[in-house]
Amino acid sequence: MYNKVLIRFGEVGLKGKNRSYFINALAGNIRRALKGLGRGYKVTTPYGRIFVDLPPEHDFAAVQATLRQVFGLVSFSPVVQTDLDMEAIRAAALKELKAGGVPETFKVAARRSLKSFVLDSMEINRDVGSHLLQNCPGLKVDVHNPQRMVNIEVRQEGAFVFSQVIPGPGGLPVGVTGKGVLLLSGGIDSPVAGWMAMKRGIALEAVYFDTPPFTSPRALAKVERLAKILAQWAPVNLHVVNFTPVQKALMQHVPEDLTITVMRRFMFRVAEALAQRQGALALITGESVGQVASQTLESMLTINNVVSAPVLRPVVALDKVEIMDLARKIGTYETSIEPFQDCCTLFVSPHPKTRPTLSQARQAEEHLDVEALVNLAMEGIDTNRYS
Amino acid sequence: MRQVYLDNAATTPLHPQVKQAIQGAMAEYANPSSLHSLGAGVEKLLSQARAEVAGLLKVNSANLVFTSGGTEANNMAIKGALARSGRKGRLVTSSIEHPSVMEVYRRLESEGWDVVRIPVDDGGQVQLEALEQALAQPTALVSIMAVNNETGVIQPLEKAMELIRARQPRALVHVDAVQAPGKVEFRLADLGVDLASVSAHKIHGPKGIGALYLRNRDLINPVLDGGGQEGGLRSGTENVLGIIGFGEAARLAKDGFAQNLAHVAGLRSRFVDGMEGLSGQIVSPEDGVPHILAVSFPGFRGEVLLQALSAHNVFVSTGAACSGKKGNLSHVAEALGLDDESRLGLIRFSFSSMNTEEEVVYALTKMEEVLAELAFVRGRRSR
Repeated sequence: MYNKVLIRFGEVGLKGKNRSYFINALAGNIRRALKGLGRGYKVTTPYGRIFVDLPPEHDFAAVQATLRQVFGLVSFSPVVQTDLDMEAIRAAALKELKAGGVPETFKVAARRSLKSFVLDSMEINRDVGSHLLQNCPGLKVDVHNPQRMVNIEVRQEGAFVFSQVIPGPGGLPVGVTGKGVLLLSGGIDSPVAGWMAMKRGIALEAVYFDTPPFTSPRALAKVERLAKILAQWAPVNLHVVNFTPVQKALMQHVPEDLTITVMRRFMFRVAEALAQRQGALALITGESVGQVASQTLESMLTINNVVSAPVLRPVVALDKVEIMDLARKIGTYETSIEPFQDCCTLFVSPHPKTRPTLSQARQAEEHLDVEALVNLAMEGIDTNRYS
Repeated sequence: MRQVYLDNAATTPLHPQVKQAIQGAMAEYANPSSLHSLGAGVEKLLSQARAEVAGLLKVNSANLVFTSGGTEANNMAIKGALARSGRKGRLVTSSIEHPSVMEVYRRLESEGWDVVRIPVDDGGQVQLEALEQALAQPTALVSIMAVNNETGVIQPLEKAMELIRARQPRALVHVDAVQAPGKVEFRLADLGVDLASVSAHKIHGPKGIGALYLRNRDLINPVLDGGGQEGGLRSGTENVLGIIGFGEAARLAKDGFAQNLAHVAGLRSRFVDGMEGLSGQIVSPEDGVPHILAVSFPGFRGEVLLQALSAHNVFVSTGAACSGKKGNLSHVAEALGLDDESRLGLIRFSFSSMNTEEEVVYALTKMEEVLAELAFVRGRRSR
């Protein structure tokens, strides 16, 4: 019965001059998301609003599920568009009221931007309200706390009738704030961090540091599955770096208790080089203060020092349990906790320095040709796009 | 790119003739339990296949029940035997059993049974004195494997049987024989064991089919009830293609027994010769089955070696998982008394009659390359 979806966006509307840029980005993201449902969906942006035209044969549950994964969308409503004719409006309103069961109380809320229409807002409210009361025995009006609010908008292009308001994920349209390089591991935290960055409109260039034969192909497969889950919100590029040459050099030349610190410094350097190559402006990590040795403030300072790009840490102040709850909500949790046998413990000292200083890290890197190693890692990148 | 598959203790490739037999049988669709002539035709194929499996094991067809594989056969043997009323006393098993035996006993233990696990000696064989001591108490059931899957050690079943019959004549004896057929000359019927499990995919047959040998069909209660197939001991419409494949694999294993054994022994000895000069320590004893060769590379991680070999298309497996947690280390390696470093560096090469000498030489070359490539991690603390 619905032939349109009305899209609402909150913050997007507040961005002044950028408004049309943001709206177009959101409309584009909605268009891309709906592509998976087949043909016949049309996204238009008349007068600063976004509408989706639904094809006659559509599964609204699928449309709803898709739209709930488009960031920037605050809420949306399935809408019936009718001719500018009171008979048609009354019929559509009655049908809308009955959809999902007749409520006990209701209210009609009409808005009229087409001033030449035969009735004004108050008159529409009264007309439609009495039509609904006549047709539904026992139904009552409640203007303060109605169980169902039947909205009627009278505009130049037609009349719009709707009553459902379905929440969207909020945030900003992915892409509008730029690109970021997400350091993605197979763990719980980094996919959540990536999701949160996406929510703020950042398009993800994810990077995974593969270390064959020390990490198993199954670990990589798991990361690919996580990237695919994140890509349900917006396309994700996954860059797989062959990190073995770097790791090998570290194991030969870096004191054991500083390996993790120096390893992270190299990961940051490679991530920044990748950011430059991809036109990304920030790094994103799943670090949370104090969770492990490399996530103390001292470690963060020492590791962060090698890059000048901002490092976004969306989960930095969340507890593990809070991160896990988010991971469940996003749908990455079950994949993240899958066990796989992996030898990266080989690189982890039993007693890593929890407060590594800059001078210690620099000294540990003395015998390494940092630039050459970063270049070597940059040459061994395999990229896949998930969308 | 060539592939050298040396993980035959995990599973074996389908023999081309087995594949052919299965393909030939794919046109048969009737239910062997159906009374019409189509059903009878399939039933006949199944009884021929059953006879082939019985021939390999040197037992009577009537004493075989087809199962979905070794795991089901082991579960059925142990749980089915104890479900039969009147079984009292302790349960005795070894410390090196396959998980499909070990975990069943762990569950039974949690349900209140007294489970005794017999340790193994330096050579990986169950300690007969310890077994004898355990048998001083009334015993309901004993499970000892025929051939260990991680080391290839052949267990002293004859001597164990003598002890059991002398001390606890009423105890039932179950043998997990999954790694034995085609690899050791043994006669289940002569040994006098009560229950034995086998699996088709370890002898170039298909996955999803195995069998339980029962000395006497009254020894167990069925675990699955239903249509009464397999003489009521294992209900469920027969896995017709699996059984036909199993039959053909058994026929090939029986007919080619001596030749295959000699071929595999030759491969192993070629491999062992080639290992000289590499840093590996051979863990498997010389008198084990030739198919399985466990080698430890102390200072390396088995999983890392495995992945490095895999990158060269040489496929092996590890005795130990590499997560660095002790709990994931092989219980068999632990039972053998290997130190942590040796256990972490354990890998298993397992051969089959379908491997060639050329493949073994290739694998050795790659092993040498991989050890050289990874030499830099040697001696680095692993945890």
